[in-house]
Amino acid sequence: MKIIVPIKRVIDYAIKIRVDPSKGPRGVQLANVKMSMNPFCEIAMEEAIRIKEAAAKAKKGAAEVVAVSIGPKQCSETIRTALAMGADRGVHIETKADVRGDYVDLQPWGIAKLLKGVVEKEEGGVDLVLLGKQSIDSDCGQTGPLLAGLLNAPQATFAAKVEQDDDGSFKVERETDSGTETIKLKPADSPAVISCDLRLNTPRYPTMPNIMKAKKKPVQTISLEDMVNELGLDLDDVLSPKNEVLEVYEPPPRKEGEMVESVGELIGKLKEKGLVA
Amino acid sequence: MLSFLRPATASADLARRVARRSPATALALRRSHPQRSGSTLVVAEPTGDDSTLAPSTLSAITAASKLHSGPISLLTFSSGEANVPSSVSSVIRASADGNSSLLAETVTNALVAANEKHGYSHIVAAATKFGANYLGRAGAQLGVSPLSDVVEVLSEGMYLLHPDTFVRPLYAGNALAKVTAKDSPLKLISVRPTAFDKAEVGDGPAAETESLDVPANELTEWLLESVSKSERPDLGSAPVVISGGRGMKNGENFALLEALADKLGGAVGASRAAVDAGFVPNDLQVGQTGKVVAPDLYIAVGISGAIQHLSGMKDSKTIVAINKDGEAPIFQVADFGLKADLFDAVPELTEKL
Repeated sequence: MKIIVPIKRVIDYAIKIRVDPSKGPRGVQLANVKMSMNPFCEIAMEEAIRIKEAAAKAKKGAAEVVAVSIGPKQCSETIRTALAMGADRGVHIETKADVRGDYVDLQPWGIAKLLKGVVEKEEGGVDLVLLGKQSIDSDCGQTGPLLAGLLNAPQATFAAKVEQDDDGSFKVERETDSGTETIKLKPADSPAVISCDLRLNTPRYPTMPNIMKAKKKPVQTISLEDMVNELGLDLDDVLSPKNEVLEVYEPPPRKEGEMVESVGELIGKLKEKGLVA
Repeated sequence: MLSFLRPATASADLARRVARRSPATALALRRSHPQRSGSTLVVAEPTGDDSTLAPSTLSAITAASKLHSGPISLLTFSSGEANVPSSVSSVIRASADGNSSLLAETVTNALVAANEKHGYSHIVAAATKFGANYLGRAGAQLGVSPLSDVVEVLSEGMYLLHPDTFVRPLYAGNALAKVTAKDSPLKLISVRPTAFDKAEVGDGPAAETESLDVPANELTEWLLESVSKSERPDLGSAPVVISGGRGMKNGENFALLEALADKLGGAVGASRAAVDAGFVPNDLQVGQTGKVVAPDLYIAVGISGAIQHLSGMKDSKTIVAINKDGEAPIFQVADFGLKADLFDAVPELTEKL
């Protein structure tokens, strides 16, 4: 069984981004900011490894987990983290240092086109693509569904639980606007495409022995331009955003608030504003 | 580079300055996008009640009416005869077996079929989990890159020259981006329901209805659901929201918030921590990856105020925070902060209201 897990290097979740006009109309303060694997990509990677471990335990044959990342040179660190978690090999599609992955340059459309090519290029086919439901910089949540649409693949988004049946179908409990629903992804010519939500699992921390082992696992590094050529894609279609970002700016700040000393005082303030009777 | 690359407030200034200099140009600038022609398909959200449109659908219709002056059609799987806003001139009824209409593949098939039949200039989805599920899939099959989570349609002043320019959040809403959709001839967008007022529903159903055959979905099957039914207003559109966090300590204590919500006619929400700890179901989560809410009054109880939670509620008109930790980041966005034990303060508040 082969599982592809696209992973993204993004600004760490604990960081509040600042807009930086000195860097131009779309400038954002990224220098010296801590970068990490997107939390939802971590969850997707964890799920892939659990599936792999379950397959090994049930003696259902070896599953291979491939981490794929599109981004600058430093993405290789993100891939190594994935390998240390338990992925078998990595593919790093390297972009030039000034290419932004936070929607300004790379957008889900281009990423999905690349991933479709990666999936179709894999010898022996791919059974499952597991992705995070969204990245915490661009907050689009579209790469999974776009990829599913390009592949005409059965899809599930916001997965909270993933089970594989003996016939190769996946049963996925997914989060909805009103609770959860459970759907079945039938076996198809294309891999199942599943995007992962918060409660699917808690990702493991790589252990030291696994970090050491990861250094020996193979990573293919290829420039974006070369990969686009190899896949027979159009560089413009991948790299030129169809939704052009003109400007990035900070939302207007809220008026400063005040502390109140008692429930009585709070009610007084709310009455003044006409919010309570 | 073009000089309109400035914060949003500058565009109104520019329009005024041009108006003083040149009346003809001023007239052109005053006419905003509603003068463009086009035709839009809005995709209806599912609702438990077939006789009305979902609040998020009504917000999507308002957003659609800002795009151009052409007609708006509503694609729905509902069999009910809901009254529609006067801006909706036709309803397209798609049919699907059972709950297949909740599946991304089915909705995508319907959307693509409707577009093949009518050739729209814009397709609008609500930026909910339902909308996000099919938006990208539809985009792939229509050859359009979707523009998701739009919070503003820019249609005045400088943006006449750049129609289909929108604002969407980045980085958990700590930055906003002005984005122009360049696909042609079709644009596919999803809109954040809290950013657009609900269109007023008219006296009757749409002037025209047609039925649409939807190609069968062979790829997935809907099995079952687990939903919490509540008599309280819908969290996404309630005027008052009372949210509980880790400080609530357990699910039973949420009864305190429910009592307060009932007094104020509001809905109950929760932080990620409360959901993860199993205090309440996931559909109560407010945050960057939960629901985005913007009620008139948001009361955060026992919530510390992480970036991801703020992302889901910082557009609320008035924010109240109750937390016994005076250093909690939530107090930085609160209009009124009360440093107190919630187990004393919340019952007292409920009683005194």
